[in-house]
Amino acid sequence: MLEVVNLQCIRGDRCLFSGIGFTVGEGELLHLYGHNGSGKTTLMRALCGLIAPTEGEVRWNDEPIRRQREEYAAELLYLGHKNGLKDDLTGVENLLVACRLAGLSVPEDRAWEVLEQMGLRGHEDLPARVLSQGQQKRVALARLLLSQAPLWILDEPFVGLDVAAVALLEKVLAEHVARGGMVILTTHQEVALTTGKVKKLRLGWKEDGCV
Amino acid sequence: MFNAFRTIIMRDLLLAMRRRSDVLTTLFFFVIVVSLFPLGIGPELNILRLIAPGVFWVAALLASMLALEKLFFVDYQDGALEQMLLAPQPLSVLVLGKVLAHWLVTGLPLVLLSPLLGLQYDLSTATIGTMMLTLLIGTPALSLIGAIGAALTLGLRGGGVLVSLLVLPLYIPVLIFGAGAVEAEASGLGGAGHLSMLGAILLLAALAAPLATAAALRISAE
Repeated sequence: MLEVVNLQCIRGDRCLFSGIGFTVGEGELLHLYGHNGSGKTTLMRALCGLIAPTEGEVRWNDEPIRRQREEYAAELLYLGHKNGLKDDLTGVENLLVACRLAGLSVPEDRAWEVLEQMGLRGHEDLPARVLSQGQQKRVALARLLLSQAPLWILDEPFVGLDVAAVALLEKVLAEHVARGGMVILTTHQEVALTTGKVKKLRLGWKEDGCV
Repeated sequence: MFNAFRTIIMRDLLLAMRRRSDVLTTLFFFVIVVSLFPLGIGPELNILRLIAPGVFWVAALLASMLALEKLFFVDYQDGALEQMLLAPQPLSVLVLGKVLAHWLVTGLPLVLLSPLLGLQYDLSTATIGTMMLTLLIGTPALSLIGAIGAALTLGLRGGGVLVSLLVLPLYIPVLIFGAGAVEAEASGLGGAGHLSMLGAILLLAALAAPLATAAALRISAE
């Protein structure tokens, strides 16, 4: 279970958010939303431990994540704005490298299979730099299908995806939640989940869309 | 842990193979700087023999600096660094893998090429041998120490200049003992003492630099 207690983040002299607290338990999805610049990405990076919060702490299974960095990292899958793909590596190579770094041993034919499932048939062995934005996102998201981590933190996973890929990703998320996994994501669209529990958290002071 | 270490090395070597221009830049820089001196000074063999260790070492130092900028920058830009920070292995192990791969493509070629360049300076076989040995021990130390600077200046504007200011002073001991060993050997004093010091620097750098680099990367990536 992920527990956030009284989290505050100050960047420069600007307070992005303060007093944030929530829990995400098994089979729950947390949908973070808020206007541009409200600190969604910062919050997600703080949840991963990439940013040290100014105050408060993030606990994983009742233990602060600072004190169990590697154990926590083994149970976490984070996909940020940047896809983390190497331009000069092919889709398959990118996927294999990402999985091996995460401590998974994935046979190569399994990687081919997963990329085909992500709708990249025929593009598996092209270098990532020639793929379109959406295709690159699909390669990055292919990790979800191989991951055994219970906690997924996804920053804007739907951006750049076409309708079919959005549906596929929603299915993958629903399956993960149904298995008892946890998901935290930011997106500006509604997340449709039939099973499991969807929690929502709004950051920022403006209603969405007002300028 | 060893798996991740190997994965990083294989990935970086593969990337270097696919983008050879970056690697060749460093190598050509070294070759050209070293070759400029005999051309500029003229065929004064005594002078050339005398300055050879210093020239080789300064050129190796600058070539190593030149390659540093790219060490973490591309990973930082495309998000691969974030994934490394969140990998369930000690970051210092991954850093060591990256530095080793970096040395294999930017440092080792300099070592292998140095005998050929030594001919321009009329160096004896024994001196060339010592030169290769000092470069073999010294260039990994340069890469390790340089990695700290590269990590500290990651994402800063004008990082290239700053990294030189940070790292060059730390390179001085390596330069002194590296060039000193060759000079001592050539003058018949025996460079064993210098070589031991160089080895000690390498060991110390291999132990401490990955930890320092890992800490610096966590700060820079915030």
